[in-house]
Amino acid sequence: MKYVLMFVETEEYAKELAAMSDGERQAAYEQVAEWFSRHAAQITHHAHLQPAHTATTLRMDGTEPLLTDGPFVEGKEVVSGYAELEAADLDEALAVARTWPACPVVEIRPLD
Amino acid sequence: MDPAHGDRVHAELTRVLREHAGRLTASLIRTLGDFSAAEDVMQDAVETALKRWPAEGIPDHPDAWLLTTARRRGIDLLRRRANYREKLARLQWPVPGEPDDRLKLIFTCCHPALPVPAQVALTLRTVCGLTTGQIAAAFLVPETTVAQRITRAKRKITDAGIPYRIPPDDELHERVNQVLAVVYLLFNEGYLTSGGDRPHARDLAGDAGFLAESLAWLMPRRPEVLGLAALIRLHRARTAARFDAAGGLVLLRDQDRARWDHGAIEDAVRLLERAAALRRPGPYQLQAAIVACHAEAPTWDDTDWTQILVLYDMLLGMTRTPVVRLHRAIALRYVRGPEAALDELATLAPDLDGHHLYHATRAELLRDLGRRREAHAADRRALALTDNPAQQALLADRLTWA
Repeated sequence: MKYVLMFVETEEYAKELAAMSDGERQAAYEQVAEWFSRHAAQITHHAHLQPAHTATTLRMDGTEPLLTDGPFVEGKEVVSGYAELEAADLDEALAVARTWPACPVVEIRPLD
Repeated sequence: MDPAHGDRVHAELTRVLREHAGRLTASLIRTLGDFSAAEDVMQDAVETALKRWPAEGIPDHPDAWLLTTARRRGIDLLRRRANYREKLARLQWPVPGEPDDRLKLIFTCCHPALPVPAQVALTLRTVCGLTTGQIAAAFLVPETTVAQRITRAKRKITDAGIPYRIPPDDELHERVNQVLAVVYLLFNEGYLTSGGDRPHARDLAGDAGFLAESLAWLMPRRPEVLGLAALIRLHRARTAARFDAAGGLVLLRDQDRARWDHGAIEDAVRLLERAAALRRPGPYQLQAAIVACHAEAPTWDDTDWTQILVLYDMLLGMTRTPVVRLHRAIALRYVRGPEAALDELATLAPDLDGHHLYHATRAELLRDLGRRREAHAADRRALALTDNPAQQALLADRLTWA
């Protein structure tokens, strides 16, 4: 099965990241790079998103299409990237997600 | 049909369905390769059995009857899915040399990616052979709510790819704990409401007991599994003495110990010794050991409170929850007196102010110390915080004595 792991950043995590020294931040990025290379055989596609302030949302459930600034849910948690993963079942996808070294929330969803 | 006969038929029906439903569902999943379809077909057979067996009698080979019914109805229900129909049509009873697959079933039903209420409902339906209606009645929720939970959970199992298998070794410990938590929750839910005023209501504590015993049979080398089975067996051994003729709750101190099931207590203690021999103590084993101290005391005055306090200290070392600390405080009352216990309780106020047992315990300690007005107020708090009728009656009784 194919799953998408959606990486979710929290406000707290963003603060932690901002408070890091350049060296620490570099080490954190290297951990992420290492994670991607370790699971390269299973990861078929992945991308990092630009920060939430770059998001635009189009709502078409009203009488007129409505364009708003920002992500579709106003909240403290925003999707910051995703990886598409080939796994036998949910447990296998979860095992990969559990080793994710960066932001503290990951949503796991199967693809059709 | 006289009521006693009705009860016997009902109990026998429950026993037979528990015994066979899980195994048969597991073998249907294997045949069909589809959890959801197998579960639907088996549920249909269980409902048919509940309709027909009370009048026609339980067949000589209930498992063969259930499987035949499931197969026949399944071919009907799944007629649009030709591959299932063929598989079902080939299915014979008995399935030769079949291993017991119920563990896979239990692990799938109790998968942590499902919400806990759905785990409970799905386990009851799939492993214990309850109908959706019986589950709803037992938990006092609308049948549509339970049906929805089950439908959603089954859809998630299929769509999200929740596997049907025993988890790999590195996850097994955590997953076993999740299963035990579901069984224990089920037991607690059933224990307080069992007996008394709801004849023919499904005995959830009995289902929890059945699940715990099955798990102990399927995983005999896991001490916490044995510990939970012993714990539930010990609690259930006291069932006959827990309610008076009017359905009121009888406190441990006042129970007629001759009415306890001493054979079951001995069995449970043996089980606990088997667990202890594996030398990996855990919270369920410790709780069972505490209950065993009570169960083995010939009278209330013979209770070995010092030993109980030691066990609570060990338990606190593993799970430092306010409720465990509350129970430890109760033991402390019998080792060091009500004053010491009350001091201990005072530190728990912020965590347990909304818990009826906290106030009921406080009331008792205050009464021991002759502080009757405060005791009365604490009893009133406790009464306002419980919605269990037997407990309400007990607390109301106390308020009228004071």
